Amino acid sequence: MLSKHYCEVVENIQLSKDIFKVTVVCKSLANDAAPGQFLHIKCGDERLLRRPISICAVVGNAVELVFELKGEGTQWLSKIAPGNKLDILGPLGSGFNIPKGKTIVLGGGIGVPPMLFVAESATSKVTAILGFRSMDRVILKEAFELACAQVYITTDDGSFGIHGSVIKPLLALLETGEYEAVLACGPHVMLTEVARVCKLHAVPLQVSLEERMGCGVGACLVCACATIKDGNPDMSRVCFDGPVFCANDIVW
Amino acid sequence: MVDLSVNFAGVKFKNPIVTASGTYGFGREYGKFFDLSELGGICVKGLTLSPRLGNKPPRIAETPMGMLNSVGLQNPGVDLFISDELPFLRNFDTVVIANISGNTVEEYAQMAQKLSDANVDMIEVNVSCPNVKAGGMQFGTTTEGVASVTKAVKDRSRVPTMVKLSPNVTDIAEIAKAAEDSGADAISLINTLLAMRIDTKSKKPMLFNNVGGLSGPAIFPVAVRMIWQAASAVSIPVLGMGGVKSGDNAIEMMLAGASLVGVGTVCFDDPFAPISIIKQIGQYMSGNDLNHIDELVGKVVLN
Ligand SMILES: Cc1cc2nc3c(=O)[nH]c(=O)nc-3n(C[C@H](O)[C@H](O)[C@H](O)COP(=O)(O)OP(=O)(O)OC[C@H]3O[C@@H](n4cnc5c(N)ncnc54)[C@H](O)[C@@H]3O)c2cc1C
Ligand SMILES: Cc1cc2nc3c(=O)[nH]c(=O)nc-3n(C[C@H](O)[C@H](O)[C@H](O)COP(=O)(O)O)c2cc1C
Ligand code: FES
Repeated sequence: MLSKHYCEVVENIQLSKDIFKVTVVCKSLANDAAPGQFLHIKCGDERLLRRPISICAVVGNAVELVFELKGEGTQWLSKIAPGNKLDILGPLGSGFNIPKGKTIVLGGGIGVPPMLFVAESATSKVTAILGFRSMDRVILKEAFELACAQVYITTDDGSFGIHGSVIKPLLALLETGEYEAVLACGPHVMLTEVARVCKLHAVPLQVSLEERMGCGVGACLVCACATIKDGNPDMSRVCFDGPVFCANDIVW
Repeated sequence: MVDLSVNFAGVKFKNPIVTASGTYGFGREYGKFFDLSELGGICVKGLTLSPRLGNKPPRIAETPMGMLNSVGLQNPGVDLFISDELPFLRNFDTVVIANISGNTVEEYAQMAQKLSDANVDMIEVNVSCPNVKAGGMQFGTTTEGVASVTKAVKDRSRVPTMVKLSPNVTDIAEIAKAAEDSGADAISLINTLLAMRIDTKSKKPMLFNNVGGLSGPAIFPVAVRMIWQAASAVSIPVLGMGGVKSGDNAIEMMLAGASLVGVGTVCFDDPFAPISIIKQIGQYMSGNDLNHIDELVGKVVLN
């Protein structure tokens, strides 16, 4: 049976201007969590809807969440002090299927944090490509460097790492012909481009998508995304059938 | 001894709490949180004759203590419901209510026939969906529309039939009366209120569909008023819903005239809400020396 978890916040730190990391302790959440899954978090009594946030890392019984300030819900969450409890549903959704062969994990912007859990869960070290807008927005660099064989960082403005988008290093890696899979999370425009490039190189791609959510558990159908099922158009639930999908099943 | 059971249009409910159509799927997902047999009844996702993919996203927007949805009746169609979902729901000791929407009066009638042959416990006729072009609300906003659908369904259904009314009308009492006069065994209300939100940055509506249906605690007082008006106009029983969040809210709806109470949107916040509400109703009754739900229904003391 699923239940609601009341999890104690043990840490809340600011990683960059708009990005926070909140760590909660919950044995059953930590045990059940799989890379790519998310938590549906109640952000104060003033708001009716929970906010979906991906799991960034699991350390013992601690679950780490990294999120960007967007509106009222994430503002509320960024102010939670250690010692308080969060009302959480989860872990929810179906996550990444981490392959055995050589793998690229790719994250863009606030799509970077969930890829850390993927990198840390892989049996053999993965290669990471992380894209940010500028140097002051680079997060989780050291953690990725510890978990991965190689880490390529790009910034849109060239203020850090490779100048430009994640596509440049992705193309270079795919052209080696060594990689068997790409796992990605980030803005839809970036994922669309990643999907095009992976298709060109015939490398299977799994992507984590975002959609606005109600229930978060698959019952209300508000989080639909257009997919192809057995050759026919379908609508899948991002919260339940996803958030991770095979790129080939998505109508881009 | 408090008895929470309700006899509603000849159907026995073990308690007055029913999950609202479209907020609870076919029970599978929330059935992972608790035994669905604890519920008075389950009203399933709105069914149509053929499968429907629904509207494009975004389909949801948050509002102060509420939300808009524009799902647009995404469902696998009535036949797949009967073959794949109904057997699952039959594993539980709870009343199964099939909610139906048609593009034409004939489609409503065909679905009613199939579902009553499949032995669902009740049919809820949705003439109030604000999210589809044809069908839905087009029938629910005139007395003639409600009458024609109700008669056609009653003709073909062997199980008790309830008509779900739209709040998007000027005179709810007149619509309720039209349902009763056309043979409805019960009425349910309210469906969502047609509403809109616009993103001030992009100047675009927050829903792809531009408009959608408002639900959740924000609509509760509107629901209570409409339930009171409708219940006062008819003698058939009423299933009340709209923003119910607590046992106290449910009692309030009963006082306004509801014999059963639907719980929908608040489940997104708290999957256990229906269970807490059932418990709170029991506590209110024992605390007030009430033995039966009938002692509450329509018992508002007017000024
Ligand atoms: C599966 C999934 C995983 C996610 N993981 C993360 C994460 O790890 N870190 C992170 O920073 N963000 C993540 N997001 C996005 C995050 O859910 C939104 O930024 C957040 O809900 C915004 O809430 P708000 O109240 O601050 O913003 P508001 O704009 O005020 O929110 C209004 C409503 O829109 C919804 N909403 C707004 N933006 C989004 C969005 N991009 N996706 C889904 N719903 C949205 C909110 O949940 C709320 O219901 C994830 C989204 C999904 C679907
Ligand atoms: C996401 C969503 C989907 C809904 N789908 C249906 C539907 O298919 N058929 C129907 O009759 N009502 C549907 N409704 C309306 C609810 O059954 C209910 O009448 C309304 O939401 C008010 O109750 P609430 O505030 O407790 O949710 C839907 C509501 C929501 C929020
Ligand atoms: S959010 Fe309800 S089905 Fe996905």
